[in-house]
Amino acid sequence: MKLTLSWLKEHLDTSASLSEIVETLTRIGLEVEHVHDPAAQLKDFTIARVIEAKPHPNADRLRVCMVDTGAGAPVQVVCGAPNARTGMKSVFSAPGTYIPGKKITLGKGVIRGVESLGMLCSAAELELSNDHEGIIDLPEDAPVGVSYAQWAGLNDPIIEINLTPNRPDAAGVHGIARDLAAAELGVLKTKDILPVEGKFPCPFGVTLDFKEEDKHLAPFFGLRLVRGVKNGQSPAWLQARLREIGLRPINALVDITNFLTFDRARPLHVFDAKKVKGDLVVRRARKGETLLALDGRTYELDETMVVICDDNGPESLAGVMGGEASGCDENTTDVLIETALWDPMNIAHTGRKLGIVTDARYRFERGVDPAFALPGIELATQLVLEFCGGAPSELTLAGELPRLSRAINFPWSETKRLTGLDTPREDAALILERLGFSVESAGADIAHIAAPSWRPDIEGKADIVEEVVRMIGVDNVPSTPLPRTDGVAPAVLTMMQKRARNARRALAGQGLVEAVTWSFVSKEQAEAFGGGAAALALANPIASELSDMRPSLLPGLVAAAGRNAARGLGDQNLFEVGQIFLDATETGQRLAATGVRRGLAGAGRHWSTPAREAGAFDARSDVMALLDSLGVATGGLQIVPGGPPWFHPGRSATLQFGPKTIVGHFGELHPRALKTMDVEGPVAAFEIILDALPAPKAKPTKIKPKLEISDLQPVSRDFAFIVDRATRAGDLVKAAQGADRTLIADVAVFDLYEGKGVPEGKKSIGLAVTLQPREKTLTDAEIEAVALKIVSEAEKKCGAMLR
Amino acid sequence: MAFAKIETAMTDIAKLEEYTLRQIDEAADEAALEAVRLAALGKKGAISALLATLGKMSPEERKTEGAKINALKDKTTEAIATRREALSEAALETRLAAETLDVTLPAPASPLERGRIHPISQVTDELSIIFADMGFAVAEGPDIESDDYNFTKLNFPEGHPAREMQDTFFLAPTGGEKRLLRTHTSPVQVRTMLSKKPPIRVICPGRVYRCDFDQTHTPMFHQIEGLVIDETTHLGHLKWTLEEFLKSFFEVKGVKLRFRPSFFPFTEPSMEVDVQCRRQGGDIRFGEGEDWMEILGCGMVHPNVLRNCGIDPDRYQGFAFGVGVDRLAMLKYGMSDLRAFFDADTRWLEHYGFRPLDFPTLAGGLSS
Repeated sequence: MKLTLSWLKEHLDTSASLSEIVETLTRIGLEVEHVHDPAAQLKDFTIARVIEAKPHPNADRLRVCMVDTGAGAPVQVVCGAPNARTGMKSVFSAPGTYIPGKKITLGKGVIRGVESLGMLCSAAELELSNDHEGIIDLPEDAPVGVSYAQWAGLNDPIIEINLTPNRPDAAGVHGIARDLAAAELGVLKTKDILPVEGKFPCPFGVTLDFKEEDKHLAPFFGLRLVRGVKNGQSPAWLQARLREIGLRPINALVDITNFLTFDRARPLHVFDAKKVKGDLVVRRARKGETLLALDGRTYELDETMVVICDDNGPESLAGVMGGEASGCDENTTDVLIETALWDPMNIAHTGRKLGIVTDARYRFERGVDPAFALPGIELATQLVLEFCGGAPSELTLAGELPRLSRAINFPWSETKRLTGLDTPREDAALILERLGFSVESAGADIAHIAAPSWRPDIEGKADIVEEVVRMIGVDNVPSTPLPRTDGVAPAVLTMMQKRARNARRALAGQGLVEAVTWSFVSKEQAEAFGGGAAALALANPIASELSDMRPSLLPGLVAAAGRNAARGLGDQNLFEVGQIFLDATETGQRLAATGVRRGLAGAGRHWSTPAREAGAFDARSDVMALLDSLGVATGGLQIVPGGPPWFHPGRSATLQFGPKTIVGHFGELHPRALKTMDVEGPVAAFEIILDALPAPKAKPTKIKPKLEISDLQPVSRDFAFIVDRATRAGDLVKAAQGADRTLIADVAVFDLYEGKGVPEGKKSIGLAVTLQPREKTLTDAEIEAVALKIVSEAEKKCGAMLR
Repeated sequence: MAFAKIETAMTDIAKLEEYTLRQIDEAADEAALEAVRLAALGKKGAISALLATLGKMSPEERKTEGAKINALKDKTTEAIATRREALSEAALETRLAAETLDVTLPAPASPLERGRIHPISQVTDELSIIFADMGFAVAEGPDIESDDYNFTKLNFPEGHPAREMQDTFFLAPTGGEKRLLRTHTSPVQVRTMLSKKPPIRVICPGRVYRCDFDQTHTPMFHQIEGLVIDETTHLGHLKWTLEEFLKSFFEVKGVKLRFRPSFFPFTEPSMEVDVQCRRQGGDIRFGEGEDWMEILGCGMVHPNVLRNCGIDPDRYQGFAFGVGVDRLAMLKYGMSDLRAFFDADTRWLEHYGFRPLDFPTLAGGLSS
C-alpha cells in the first residue's frame, strides 16, 4: 500500500513530522517498508543557468559551460550532454553532492585537462525517470539558485506500507489516517457523504442469479447510471496522486475508481452504459465462457468464478477485473457505476486460478467495509458529476447489506491475562472507541465490545487485546522472567536427536565434512537411488532438477562431490545427517547418516604412506566409528555381501541385525549410478538409517557391567591358512573363534596374500589368535590342543589348509 | 685387541690389580669388557684362582690375604660395572648420533583437522542448549505434512490470502489426502499440542520449504520455533524469553528488542521483533548501536489454534515464536549468501564449518 504525505493529510489533521508519522505507523503495526522522499534526496540540487557553453578544447563531445548557480561567481562545468547550450536552464549539483541515480558522491575533477566544479544533471541522475539522453531542460522562468525539488513540487514523500493481510481497512488512506488518529498523532478528518439525488430511475436492472447456498458469493450489488458525461482527463491533482503511487492515469472515470480504491479501500467498477446490452445478471460463470479483460488478455472462466453479464454474456469478472468490451474510454457518454460486495475466498480463488493481481482483488479478498458500499458509490458519483458532468439516475440495488452484530463479551482483565500489561479500563475503552469500536457496559468487569464494519479481522477477545496493546505499544509491556524449574535443567533430547547429534560429531571426527543438501533431487537421480515414486514428486517444483523428495542422501552428496571436483578439488570426503523419504507417509520419512569419499584416502598424497584411492573399507571404517559413537552393540551386526542396485555388486555390503533389520550399506557406488550423477568414480560410500538401529536396552542404573580382567598373561599364536579365493575371511575368523569360545579372546586378520608361493585360485590369510587363560597359566600341551582345534575347525568350515 | 690371559701364577695382588684395572679401562666395548671379567672373575679367572688359594692357607694368612683378595674382587667388580655403564652410555650416544629425523617433514593431518560440522548443525546445537536450560524440550515432525496441520489447524482458513504469504510446495496428487512440504515448523507445535497436555515448553527445529530462490531465499531453509502453553504465560514472558535467548545466542551482555505489531494467523496479538544492532562496513554487531534488524516473528497463541488442538483457550494460554536458523547463523557468523549453505562447496564448509569437538556448552560458552 502506497500513499503520499499530502494525501494522508487530506484525511488527518496533524502537525507531526514525516519521521514521527513513519515511526508511529511501524509501531502500531502498519510497517513502513520504504519512504521515498524526493525533497530530501534532492535537497542539494538547485536550478542554474548556463551563461555560456563552448566546445571542449580536447574533446569533440564535451562542452565547457560557465554556469550561474545563483550563489557567487559563475562555476565552470564540463558537460557531455548533447543538449547543453548557452542560455539554457538546468539542474546543478556542486561537488560533495550525492547523485542518487549514479550512487556516487560527486567530486571535483579535471576532465580532459579542463577543471569541472560541479555537474548539470539528467533526470535519470536524479532518479526521476529513465531519461539520461541529456540534462534536464527547464523553462525560461525557472528561478536560478532555488531548490529544484521545491520548485518542481517534488516535496511529497511517498510512504510504502507493508500491509498485513488482516488489515483491509488500511488498504485505503482514510483507514491509515484513522489508525494514526487513534494513536493520538492527529485528528481524523471526516465528512458526511450525502446521497446523490437521482434525476431518473436507473434503466438497468440487476439480478443476483444464485442458488440459496451460493448467495454469499454476491450478497449485495448497487448500480447507478450517469448520463451525458464528458470523459476527458481527470484533474491534474488526481493524476498527480495516482502517478506518485505508481498508477497510470487513464481517463477521468477510470481514475475515479482507482482513486477511491486507494483513498477509501473501496474498489468500484465503471461500465460504458452504451456498450451494455440489456439488464445485468450476476451469476457463476459457465465452463467454456471467456472474457477479454481490461488488461487485453482473454481468460477462460469456469463455474467457480462469479461474473457480471449482460445479454452478450460476461462483461466483468466480479471483484477482479472488468471486461474490455464494456470498458470506459474518452468516447463514453453514459457511465454505469457498480458497487458490490463479494465473497473474499471466492475472489482470492478466482484471482489465483487466473493469475490476475489487481488492486480490486487485493481489497476484496481481504474484505472490504460492507458499510461503505453505498457511501462509496455516492462518493464516486459526486466525483463523476464534478469532473465529467452528467445527470445521475437513482440507484438500482440487489441483495442485502449484511447486518453486522459482532459484539464480543470482553473481560477487561483479559489484557492483563494475555500480556501482563495492567491498563486502566478507561484508557482501553478510549483506545477502542478511537479505533471505531463501540464499547458498552464499559464500567462492568465484562464489557460488550463491537468491532467497526471495516475490521473483519476482529473475531474474539485476543483481537481486542491486540488493539489495546498495539496502541499502547508492545514496548511498554513489562518483560517478565519465565518461571524455571528448580535445579539443574533436565535433559530434553530424544534418543534419535542425540543419535543425530553424535553421528555428526563422530563422522566429522572421521575427517568427513558435513554438507546440507536439498531435500529434493531430480526424478532421474531419485530413480537411480531407489526412489522416484509418484507420491514423492512435487506438483510445483522450483526447477526440474529439484523435483522429487530424495530417497537417499547419496545423490545430493555425490552431486556435491562432483561439483567440488569440477572446481579442482578432487579429493572429497562429505557426509550429511538428514531426512530421506521412502514414501509420503509419516513413517516413510527416515533419518539417515550418509557419507561419500572420492579421490585419495586419508591425508592424500603424503611422503609417509603410498597414496591410495578411498575405497569400501574407508566407508566401513566410517560406519564402525559411527556405530561405536552411538553406543550401538555391534555383536549381532551381520555384514552380508552385496547392496542395493546403486552400489557396486561385488564391492559392497549390507549391514543388518538379522534379515529384517537392515540398517544400511557400504561399499563402492555402482558406475551406472555415478554415470547418472555425471560424476567420475570410484566413489566409496555408506548409508546408515539411524532410526533403524536397535535401541539400547533400558537399564535401571548407570552402572556398567563388572570389569573382568585376568592376571594371567594372554597367549598369542599366528596361523597362515591357504583357502580358496572365494572363501570369506569373516567365515574363517568365525571358524577359528568357534574352536574354543572360552579361551579364544580375539581373532585378528593380520595378513592377506595372493601370488607367488600361493597356488593359483587360492589366497593366504594370516590369523592372530589370542588365548586368554581364565584360571591358570596354559601348558604347552593345552595351547597345542587349542591350536589343533583351530586348524581342524578352519579346515572343516572353510577348507583351509595350514600354509 | 687381543686379551692377554692373566697368569694364575701372578700372585702379586698389587700387580694383578693394576693389570686388571688397566684391562678394564682399555676394554673398548661390552664384549671386550666381558672377556676381561671372565679372565678376572670367571670360574677360571685370576681373582677366582687367588680366592681358591685361601683354602690352603693358615688361618692367620687367610685373614690378611683373604681381606686383600676380597678387596681386589670388589674393586674389580665395581670397576667393571662403572666401565660397563660408561660403555653403554657411549654406545647410546653413538647410536643417537646416527638416528636423525627431518622434523620439518609434515605429518599426516588428523581426521579431526579435516572434519567439519555445518553451521546449521552447530547453530541448532547452540539453540538447543540455550532452550534446554530454560526447560524447553526439542520436538520434531515430518517434512511432508497435511494441509490440515500446516494451515487449517493453525487458523489459516481455506483460500485465505494469508496462505499466499507462504508459497507452498505441494506433492503431486495421487488420489489420497493432499500433502505438502511444511512451510514452517508450526505443524510440529500442532502435533505437540494434540499429543501432550499443558504445561508445554518445546522448541521445534527443522527444515521448511517455500517456492522462492534468490540471495536471501532458498526453496529449503531451517527454522526453529518455540511454544509455551500453560495457565499463566503471557506476552511479558515472551519478551523476556526472547531477550534472554538472543542475548545468550549472540553472546553479548544485553540486547534491546523492538516489538512491532504484525499479523500471523496462528497468533493474536502477533509481533515482529527487531533486534538492536550496529552496522559498520559489512560488519554487524548486536547488543549495541542504533540500527534495527528484523529477526523473528512471535505472538500469543491464537485461541482458535488452541481450540483446534483440543486445548481450552479460556484456561490455557501461551506464546509461540519462530526464527530462521540459517538467518541466525548468517547474522552471528557473517555469511552473506544463503544459497552457499546448501551448495556443499568444501572451501565454504571448511571456512565456515566448525571443528568436530567444538561442542557448544553453557559452561564453556556457546562458541569457542
